[in-house]
Amino acid sequence: MNKEETSNHPTPKIYISTALILSLLTAIEIGIFYITSLGYWMIPILSILSIAKFALVVMVYMHLKYETKIFTIMFLTGLILATAIVFALMTLFRFF
Amino acid sequence: MTSFPLQISRPIHPTGIWNWITTIDHKRIGILYGVTAFILFIIGGIEAMLMRSQLASSNMKLINPELYNQLFTMHGTTMIFLAIMPMGAAFFNYLIPLQIGARDVAFPRLNAFSYWTFLAGAIILNASWFLGGAPNAGWFGYAPITGKAYNVGHGIDFWIVSLQVLGIASLAAAFNFIVTIINMRAPGMTFSRLPVFTWMSFITAILLVLAFPVITVALIELMFDRFYGTNFFITSAGGNPVLWQHLFWVFGHPEVYILILPAMGIVSEILPTFSKKPLFGYPVVILSGIIIAFMGWMVWSHHMFTVGLGPVANSVFALTTMAIAIPTGVKIFNWLATLWKGSLTLNTPMLYAIGFILTFTIGGISGVMHSQAASDAQQQDTYFIVAHIHYVLFGGSLIAILGGIYYWFPKFSGRMYNETLGKLGFYSFFIAMNITFFPMHFTGLNGMPRRIYTYSSEFGWDFWNLISTIGVFLLAAAMIIFIYNIVSSWINGEKAPADPWDARTLEWSIPSPPPEYNFAVIPTVEHRDDWWEKKMQNKTSEEISSGDIHLPQPSYWPFVVSIGLLIAAFGLIYNIPVAILGTAITMIGVYAWSFEPVNDPD
Amino acid sequence: MSDSNNDSIHEDTTTGLNNRKLLMWAFLGSDCMFFASLIATYLVYKGKSVTGPNPIDLFSIPVTSVSTFVLLMSSMSMVLAYSALTRGRLKVFRVWLLSTVILGMTFLGFQVFEFRDFTVNEVKISCEQNSPKYLELENKLSNSQKSEYKKQCSENLESAHIEFGMTPRTNLFGTTFFVLTGFHGAHVTIGVIWLLSLYFYSFKRGAVSAERHLDVDLAALYWHFVDIVWIIIFTVVYLFGVYEGF
Repeated sequence: MNKEETSNHPTPKIYISTALILSLLTAIEIGIFYITSLGYWMIPILSILSIAKFALVVMVYMHLKYETKIFTIMFLTGLILATAIVFALMTLFRFF
Repeated sequence: MTSFPLQISRPIHPTGIWNWITTIDHKRIGILYGVTAFILFIIGGIEAMLMRSQLASSNMKLINPELYNQLFTMHGTTMIFLAIMPMGAAFFNYLIPLQIGARDVAFPRLNAFSYWTFLAGAIILNASWFLGGAPNAGWFGYAPITGKAYNVGHGIDFWIVSLQVLGIASLAAAFNFIVTIINMRAPGMTFSRLPVFTWMSFITAILLVLAFPVITVALIELMFDRFYGTNFFITSAGGNPVLWQHLFWVFGHPEVYILILPAMGIVSEILPTFSKKPLFGYPVVILSGIIIAFMGWMVWSHHMFTVGLGPVANSVFALTTMAIAIPTGVKIFNWLATLWKGSLTLNTPMLYAIGFILTFTIGGISGVMHSQAASDAQQQDTYFIVAHIHYVLFGGSLIAILGGIYYWFPKFSGRMYNETLGKLGFYSFFIAMNITFFPMHFTGLNGMPRRIYTYSSEFGWDFWNLISTIGVFLLAAAMIIFIYNIVSSWINGEKAPADPWDARTLEWSIPSPPPEYNFAVIPTVEHRDDWWEKKMQNKTSEEISSGDIHLPQPSYWPFVVSIGLLIAAFGLIYNIPVAILGTAITMIGVYAWSFEPVNDPD
Repeated sequence: MSDSNNDSIHEDTTTGLNNRKLLMWAFLGSDCMFFASLIATYLVYKGKSVTGPNPIDLFSIPVTSVSTFVLLMSSMSMVLAYSALTRGRLKVFRVWLLSTVILGMTFLGFQVFEFRDFTVNEVKISCEQNSPKYLELENKLSNSQKSEYKKQCSENLESAHIEFGMTPRTNLFGTTFFVLTGFHGAHVTIGVIWLLSLYFYSFKRGAVSAERHLDVDLAALYWHFVDIVWIIIFTVVYLFGVYEGF
């Protein structure tokens, strides 16, 4: 049982390289932030970078990529509904 | 060395009141929920009767306006959060493990905690009557009237805090049932073989865990405005009371599906049993439930058509609201098709279930009328809406619950109720209900607003209001018949067999009432309506347990944590040191719960 | 159902999954709705404050970047702790777990520092005629702040020091910012207490081990969730907040 488990778990190496990627993404985010000439493009770019970080932590650190789909469904249901409600409320309040 | 940390051993065979306080048996918890909720239903009913007495004719002086505001607020809040939802919980608790072939829920102590926390919430809310006045701003608590500027006393504070406590209770229960239904099903009990009641309960639980966080935030924001001077709904600082409405109804609309889906589940169990036919279109009924739950998130602003959201928003929500009538209608047709050419037994539970179809449909029709934003402009905030909500909640949720109580009465009490009294009770109830609520369609369309404590005779509303008031007293009489039947039968009724109705689902395969361990041997399920199929194939047998049955042990800690929350709640309103004390008790309770030993059974 | 990629199916339940793990994932899905409501409130009210400081007046992206990095690293240390435990290395597990606690507390320390800084936020405004800084802030200053400026400048000083701070009561930005980040901080605090309890618990023989790692797994999931919520808050509140057009 343990053998099975450990062969499916990412190794510490993967965890550390994920941490490096996360740090790099954060550094890029902050760098991009200071490039004011990007103007409004900053919003979608920073959004994509954050989503990438979010996804990495969820899939690798929280293990969702390696686990049963049931967990993914549970989490994504909450996440997608939450995102939809945020955008709906922003629209209703004429944010855009 | 001593155990880490200090471990208090679990109660061993507690008796009397300690048995009830430390129980983690889902059946006893179900009964606790049911009895408590019913008592609160009576309280909510008395609140209604007081209001209706005041409205019996124009210009009455029985109840003053301030008290009237408290009555309608408490009536709504009580009926929704302290009566219908916990009665639903009573059924979830009692039936779900039995219907899926399990011995208990996934988290028995969490289950007990849900009940005690619900009781705490009920106490907190009703304490307001004695501590300066009940909340008075409606069950939906719109800002800014709930803000400190317009509502200085503690009434609203009690409303906020009790709803948060009740929210914790509901969330705990819902998480429990989600895990239970996914993970504790007997072998062979696939999702496509689940009884409809369990399916609807599963969907309801998912709605609960997604919707309650939203009202939690809304209540936090209101509380912070009131207690700490924040600006969430303070217009002078740019705050927008409409935000409250949105957050409330994003919760509030899924909430009404939380109120009705379990009832639909109950009806879907009763009709097939007494038609001697399987439910027509089982997959479609389930799918409709799922679609209703999904679409329930897309309709909330139909409660806000007259706020001024603009034509685009109003049109979108009108369309989605009309659309959600479709899966609802589909269910109704499936129920009718179940009855069609069935070999019908028109006993008490069946009458309630058939009654449901009639009155819920009427409620649905008025609902579709509200969905049209233009006509809703006339109907909003009138008695036409009051008629709608009572047809779907009273003629929907409640009528199904009462039918369910009769249907499962032999199972949970071990006795048969009196059928003659049952029918008498049903007919009185059904007729009284319609006398009470149908006239509200007329007064509403004639312009009578909601939440008014009196009205002038010049409007011509006197006659129908009097009829409604007479109706509510007839309803009270019908409820007395119901209570008498249930109580006297519970004490004195004829002993019930395991399967008095020749029914279809697993709970009928075990004795009435079930032993503590439910199933001597966990069944292996091979079909939908497995018990029925096994009977048809003569495959039923007296199963003898082959070995140890491991049952969860009773515990003090759920009760302790609930007490901690109760104390913290009062402290939050009155006195921070008391809040800290309550929080400390809660935390100690949680730690003790986490590290509690599992006593071995003797 | 057998799924060779799945390392968690070995329990005596219908799906083979552990009840508590299922509960934790359901809880995290639900908690998304909680933070969504707070974030929606923040965004709906963004730019609508009548008075008081705005994000651009208060935020220091360099400082918050450090605290964000700290929290990110705490996720790494958490997962390394879990990894060590599943490979039976209890002492290494404890080191990484304690590191996570310390990093978490550091993050909280940054939050406290930041919040206190925001409540004071002393700004220097030159006393010259039509000082650009004064013109920039004029609409957001309260009357008492304006009279304080005039008073200091009348004493023939080169520049005045005004407190242009923000509490939850000051304006919509203060209200929504402090409540959103405050509840995030509360989640972090609960996480720190949980992890610290686990740390002490791990000294009991057999409490946690390569086989008994569920308690740590659950705490880790909660901890990572708190981190990903911060990833959203950092971008949406801080990075977008200082960008004028948003």
